[in-house]
Amino acid sequence: MDNKSDQTVNSIDPRITRAKIHTGNTSDMEGLAHFQTYEVFHQNKRGAQHKHVGIVHAPNPDMALLYAKEQYARREVTANIWVVPSSCVSATEYADDDIFITAPEKLYRNPASYKVMDKINAFKARGGKPTDNV
Amino acid sequence: MLLKQEAENPQITYNSNKMNSIDALKELLYKIADDQLIIGHRNSEWTGLGPILEEDIAFSSMAQDKIGQSEHIYNLLHQLGEADADTVAFTRNSAQFHSSQFVELPIGDYSFSLIRHFLFDFAEYLRFESLKSSAYEPLAQVSKKFFGEIKYHTMHANTWVNQLGKGNEESHTKMQDSLNYAWNYALGMFEQGPAEDLLISENIFIGEKALQDVWLGTITPLLTQSNLTIPAQENWKPIFGGRFGKHSQHLQPLLEEMTEVYSIDPSADW
Repeated sequence: MDNKSDQTVNSIDPRITRAKIHTGNTSDMEGLAHFQTYEVFHQNKRGAQHKHVGIVHAPNPDMALLYAKEQYARREVTANIWVVPSSCVSATEYADDDIFITAPEKLYRNPASYKVMDKINAFKARGGKPTDNV
Repeated sequence: MLLKQEAENPQITYNSNKMNSIDALKELLYKIADDQLIIGHRNSEWTGLGPILEEDIAFSSMAQDKIGQSEHIYNLLHQLGEADADTVAFTRNSAQFHSSQFVELPIGDYSFSLIRHFLFDFAEYLRFESLKSSAYEPLAQVSKKFFGEIKYHTMHANTWVNQLGKGNEESHTKMQDSLNYAWNYALGMFEQGPAEDLLISENIFIGEKALQDVWLGTITPLLTQSNLTIPAQENWKPIFGGRFGKHSQHLQPLLEEMTEVYSIDPSADW
């Protein structure tokens, strides 16, 4: 059924019945042609990094900010929100993901790999004083 | 006390000579909370039907904010000896509601809901801004608490009104027509209370006249920037009555729908 039906939806939800929604296919995506996606970045306190949390669809940055606030800051502690048009993002190709392949082997590049807690604890135990032989 | 008195009378009547400042304060709180509850319920009717997903979520979330705010104001009334929030919200009939007729109007098409959102929320924003310094400290506290929420509501409303007012011919015409229709109802929000002088003299509230002036001064330039025109002043005929329990045919069906679950089982936990 491609034609709009004259029948409207009759629902147990009175709001739906009142809205007089046609039972035929009424989807109209044309109106969304001027919408674009915006990447949303959320900051939980001043000075902290903004973290990517998702996207919103909006016709312009002002509307994107309004929607980002409700989608992503409705329940979270929030200091600030950024929105960036998705079209402004440059990304690597997944086909080139072999450039990252040996990274997990290079644990020496990860600060967590350095076992220094015993030295720090010893330093604290000395009351923050350097060792005698220094 | 007030509830029982009202139940015996078809509409809310006041003897302003006998009103003390507590009665006047209760009247102020009732009209604030009832406006929020009714417009919150009305706007929630868009849930699932909003123009796009993001807008559906934002508009529903703001509707929820309004109902939450009303609960806090009903709690202030409870502290002043009125029944608890659920009883007050769910057991009164339309003639006992102090809401303006503006908020009970059906949602119409989205242009009307947006224009009402704009006109109502700026009025509410300015009302709460003045109430932040109310001499009635519990109300000042609540006003400070919700101010940010309402500020976002005005940002949302103004952004939409600006988009559609300046959009294309169709969007502009719809917004202007809705503004023309809404205008006299919106003026009805500023119907003066029966003993407002008491509230003004005790620095509890600045009064509806002063509030309307600030509102006009705020929304007029915003509407102009959106290419929308306020109806000519000689045609202003505020639709009053709501604050005294006189409502259109639209309120009672709304209340019946809102209280459907409560009426079946008042003790239901949901």
